Amino acid sequence: MVVVNIIVCLKQVPDTETQIRIAPDGKSIAQEDIKWIMNPYDEFGVEEALKLKEKFGGEVTVVGAGPKRVTESIRTALAMGADKGILINDPAFEGSDSLGTAKALAAVIKNLEYDLIFTGQRGVDDDLGLVGAALAEFLDIPVLSVITKVDVAEDGKSVRVHRPVEGQTLVIESDLPALITTQKGLNEPRYASLPGIMKAKKKPFDEKTLADLGLSEADFGGGARKLQILELTPPPQREAGRIVEGETPEKKAKELARLLHEEAKVV
Amino acid sequence: MPNGVMVIAEQRDGEIRKVSYEIVSEGRNLADSLGQVVTAVLLGSGVKDKAAILGQYGADRVLVADDPRLETYTTDAYVAVIAEVVKANDPAILLLGGSAQGKDLSARLSARLGVGTAQDCTAFSLESGNLVALRPIYAGKAYAKVSFVDSWPQMAVARPNVMAMNEPNTSKSPEVVDVSFSLDDSALKTRVVESIRDESGKVDLTEADIIVSGGRGMKGPEGYGILEELANVLGASVGASRSAVDAGWRPHSDQVGQTGKVVSPNLYIACGISGAIQHLAGMSTSKVIVAINKDAEAPIFQKADFGVVDDLFNIIPAFTEEVKKIA
Ligand SMILES: Cc1cc2nc3c(=O)[nH]c(=O)nc-3n(C[C@H](O)[C@H](O)[C@H](O)COP(=O)(O)OP(=O)(O)OC[C@H]3O[C@@H](n4cnc5c(N)ncnc54)[C@H](O)[C@@H]3O)c2cc1C
Ligand SMILES: Nc1ncnc2c1ncn2[C@@H]1O[C@H](COP(=O)(O)O)[C@@H](O)[C@H]1O
Repeated sequence: MVVVNIIVCLKQVPDTETQIRIAPDGKSIAQEDIKWIMNPYDEFGVEEALKLKEKFGGEVTVVGAGPKRVTESIRTALAMGADKGILINDPAFEGSDSLGTAKALAAVIKNLEYDLIFTGQRGVDDDLGLVGAALAEFLDIPVLSVITKVDVAEDGKSVRVHRPVEGQTLVIESDLPALITTQKGLNEPRYASLPGIMKAKKKPFDEKTLADLGLSEADFGGGARKLQILELTPPPQREAGRIVEGETPEKKAKELARLLHEEAKVV
Repeated sequence: MPNGVMVIAEQRDGEIRKVSYEIVSEGRNLADSLGQVVTAVLLGSGVKDKAAILGQYGADRVLVADDPRLETYTTDAYVAVIAEVVKANDPAILLLGGSAQGKDLSARLSARLGVGTAQDCTAFSLESGNLVALRPIYAGKAYAKVSFVDSWPQMAVARPNVMAMNEPNTSKSPEVVDVSFSLDDSALKTRVVESIRDESGKVDLTEADIIVSGGRGMKGPEGYGILEELANVLGASVGASRSAVDAGWRPHSDQVGQTGKVVSPNLYIACGISGAIQHLAGMSTSKVIVAINKDAEAPIFQKADFGVVDDLFNIIPAFTEEVKKIA
């Protein structure tokens, strides 16, 4: 029988509504008052994994790396229907960069059975979009990035995906296992149902430290970062704009055209 | 000692893409300050005669990797060849353009080379001879100044359309060199089986000079007729807010914002869009922003250079007529 086992990587990020305040050190954001959510792109990953599970059977395992609070987002994924959760939780991991994160995830995943891995195309926090490709590199499997459609072949051995690029959509085939990074348009993530939330409480959930994974603390955390933040600043302020005046819509439209043509010189 | 600035150029169907000129220009500026050389790298099949133009924008040297297997981009083939070229040349700085291809390539290359990568940068500078990049994070709610630690080359990816291009100098021609590389077929695990062109035939939002975007204020899919008309007159592409996309009025590929496209056109005209933080995330580096909204309190007006407070169904057709008179 064909089964497709799937791993979904899950990053916790500040809710997109969160006001971002710069911490007194000038290099990080203030952590108070942040509401943490599952990275929106990872919701697409969970949903796609569940759809494939409904079709092929197999297991969906959610893996996150980060502090204890990430448990909550993993539970959300379990409540949506995923089978197992694993959290890499180690104080020495805090502050790791994309490569460190991918290394830790790879150490967990290499011991699991998988045909497909989903990650988000980017985290809506630091907007880097590196972990998926790095994880694929460390596991030595292909990466298919920014994907809006996934078709796994009936025999469960290959996948065909859609990847929109400027002005066209590429249809790409790959053998499995492969890693897919998700893009909006892939699906509409389901909500966790009440029974789902109840069931999630009994689903297997594992916590691992770096030592459990045979990793050395020295390769992780802020000290191992290849990219460092020198300074965080508020976004550049745009100059106060001006309201185009006119007694009628036609006069406003005419004035707008004039301003864009003569002053801004963009039309 | 790593030395010099290397720039990965991008071609599609044999044509060099604009973002390549932007990063070559940026590379030239950095190399001038450092007193170093700019090397561009061009991969493709039968593309050698295109190499010279990269010199006009500032490349001293162009390394060409020509192979039928490099005609269309695949992650596996491009990463393998570029990693080899980078190792052989040991540049201090490696720049890529943040197109769909550049983002994909840089991500895997970063892991292959074991170096940090600054994605989506809006400015580059040097401090004590080292690269410093500025990049929006948290959807543009903060800007991070980043540098590299023990990471050679210092690898950075530029947000398209943001950085200024040098005036091409047609009298300059670079040294064009064929590079040798080993590319093992067994490393090529994915195949592009088809490419489906967007029917619209419009320039992709991420590359457009002008964008007219419509939100929930367009009232329905029919409302976009007047935006399409304005776009035609302006030579613009049409974008949308998430509300319009989620309502099914426009395709996902039109969405601008945090979970859509990040765009930096010369002119962005937001019509019936309130200016939610997630929408602003996708368009706040546009050069000139216009907002048309009947609610004077809409947050979009705080970001707009020019605001029109009125019913868009009256303003847009009248504005289209005015633009026709100018054009
Ligand atoms: C995780 C997450 C990610 C998100 N990502 C994105 C994203 O990528 N992109 C995005 O756009 N949004 C995104 N959103 C949604 C965002 O929060 C807003 O809901 C959305 O941008 C609102 O779209 P809108 O401005 O079209 O609609 P509304 O906020 O409803 O605004 C409609 C505007 O139209 C005006 N209007 C109505 N009729 C007229 C008329 N006749 N003439 C003139 N003006 C008129 C109204 O005054 C109003 O200001 C995201 C939200 C979340 C939670
Ligand atoms: N700490 C993490 N734990 C699990 N998955 C992660 C983590 N960081 C990043 N990812 C995955 O990689 C994607 C892209 O994140 P990033 O590369 O940080 O922008 C996320 O959507 C996740 O799927």
